[in-house]
Amino acid sequence: MIARVIESASPRALALLAVVTAALLIAPYLVDSYVLSVLIIVLYFAYVGQAWNLMLGFAGQLSLGHALFVSLGAYTSAALFIKFGVPPVIGIFAAIAMAVVAGCLIGYLGFRFSIRGVYFALLTIAFAEFTGIIVDHISWLGASSGLFLPVKNQQSNDLLNLRGSPTMFYYVILALTGFAFALCSWLLNSKLGLYWQAIREDQEAAEASGVPLFRYKMIAVAISSGLTGIGGVWYAFYYNNLFPETMFKTSQSVEIILGSVVGGVGTLFGPILGAFVLTPLGEILTAATDGMHLDGVKSFFWGFCVAAIVLFRPQGLWPWIYDVLGLAPKKEGKR
Amino acid sequence: MSASVAAGSAGALTVRNISKRFGGLVAVSEVSFSVAAGEIHALIGPNGAGKTTTFNMIAGAQLPDTGDVLLDGVSLAGLRPDQICRAGVGRTFQIVRPFNELTLVENVAVGALAWTDDLAEARDYARGVLELLGLGDKKEARPSSITLPDRKCLEVARALATKPKLLLLDEVMAGLRPTETDRMVAIFKKLNADTGLTILLIEHVMRAVMALSHRVLVLNYGRLIADGKPEEVTRDPEVLACYLGAEAFD
Ligand SMILES: Nc1ncnc2c1ncn2[C@@H]1O[C@H](COP(=O)(O)OP(=O)(O)O)[C@@H](O)[C@H]1O
Ligand SMILES: [Mg+2]
Repeated sequence: MIARVIESASPRALALLAVVTAALLIAPYLVDSYVLSVLIIVLYFAYVGQAWNLMLGFAGQLSLGHALFVSLGAYTSAALFIKFGVPPVIGIFAAIAMAVVAGCLIGYLGFRFSIRGVYFALLTIAFAEFTGIIVDHISWLGASSGLFLPVKNQQSNDLLNLRGSPTMFYYVILALTGFAFALCSWLLNSKLGLYWQAIREDQEAAEASGVPLFRYKMIAVAISSGLTGIGGVWYAFYYNNLFPETMFKTSQSVEIILGSVVGGVGTLFGPILGAFVLTPLGEILTAATDGMHLDGVKSFFWGFCVAAIVLFRPQGLWPWIYDVLGLAPKKEGKR
Repeated sequence: MSASVAAGSAGALTVRNISKRFGGLVAVSEVSFSVAAGEIHALIGPNGAGKTTTFNMIAGAQLPDTGDVLLDGVSLAGLRPDQICRAGVGRTFQIVRPFNELTLVENVAVGALAWTDDLAEARDYARGVLELLGLGDKKEARPSSITLPDRKCLEVARALATKPKLLLLDEVMAGLRPTETDRMVAIFKKLNADTGLTILLIEHVMRAVMALSHRVLVLNYGRLIADGKPEEVTRDPEVLACYLGAEAFD
């Protein structure tokens, strides 16, 4: 399968992929700690963006509640670690289970009762906000004052417990991003991927052609929410603090999707490219407006830039770059 | 070619007393007919007569208010459209519904995945079906870049790729030039002769109806007003009065 993907890609695309991968692998040795911290956030958004894109970009189901899956993954693994000493390498399975169960519950309600499009998106928002309110009242999880992971001075990196240096977190999220990319590329070029795209394009026509809509939409939600939940585990152990009032918010969900929207919904490189454009852009604007006591200015310019990109490249940046760089494959395969 | 449709006589369709109401409008009213395995029947009638609605009820896209549909003697009641497709009923849409972002091969491969999990096999089969329908040189194109008649062919290809026993064609020859119509007719004749594929077609192009059908069914205001051999039906005074008019038989 990997062989098929490589075979169907153009030499230029493969060269580009190799260069980018190599650069990312050695980046921690070349950049200072500030740039590294930005790269870490870039990769986090590339990862969760990829997971979200699987649902809308591949299967055509719009979620505006992916913060729920991040939060469930984060809270589950963090609580298991803090309260019971369960290491995240084990807690991750519970985290995935929580996210997938929530995703399947939302999916079941939406798909069984034919709640489509924006109404489905509203359902995802409702679940995320609602769960946030519940967690806000569970004192065992720190309620509104937040859940904190113990931060000790680490002598060495402890991968199993996800305790260590930013460089370790960088490589973990890089590995996750690479894994999500490989998985999505494999899925997209499989029966599952073709069925998803058929559903995305025209679900009645897909159904008439033998596609069981409910089953394939549920698979999409399950994989997307599970992947996102894994991102939540990383998030909890990287940031060490979780607050319901920010975690479950729709603004978090929007941040997850914006990279894909800017990079190109439905493409494999879109979420990654989008994260590499948006996160640094936000950082630059923060730096530029630093000390100016103009709180709204950053958000305004950021929104302005995003709107401009979406306006001038409505398909996202990736399809455009793809053409400009001449990365078209010999045949078949997905970009 | 590799796209040989499942052989053997199968695909017998029995429609028993089906009706469909939309608010105050009775679109289909207590319609019964059957298509014997291996035969080609045409369903004709003026616009709004209930032909497409009848197809939708057979294919499971709409639930009949009364009656039921049987394929080879087995009721299709309660099955979803994808299950009816896998049971052996392939259908096209009058208003074409291609998967716009997918290539023609991918469009048709979706159909072939109804009987195989192997994507490479589905693609190979899809290529064969596209060749058969004269779209061989446009395999990697996208639906938006081909003509409407070609998109109608694509509808047929996607339905055929599911290896149906019964093929439902909803005005696939509308808008074709006479030579294209003849080519399409020849394809259906050959499929029917070689593989015993049962076909029910909705068609306004009388040239195709007369060339293909063993029997013709006529719907008018949701009621079945005639069911017989083509030459009988076209002489039926009620049919002539309601719909056809002499010029249709030029
Ligand atoms: N989904 C629907 N809702 C309401 N009315 C419909 C619907 N589908 C079809 N109709 C009506 O039912 C009648 C039969 O339509 P249709 O089966 O499409 O006719 P035909 O295919 O013979 O032209 C028409 O009057 C049409 O307007
Ligand atoms: Mg019609």
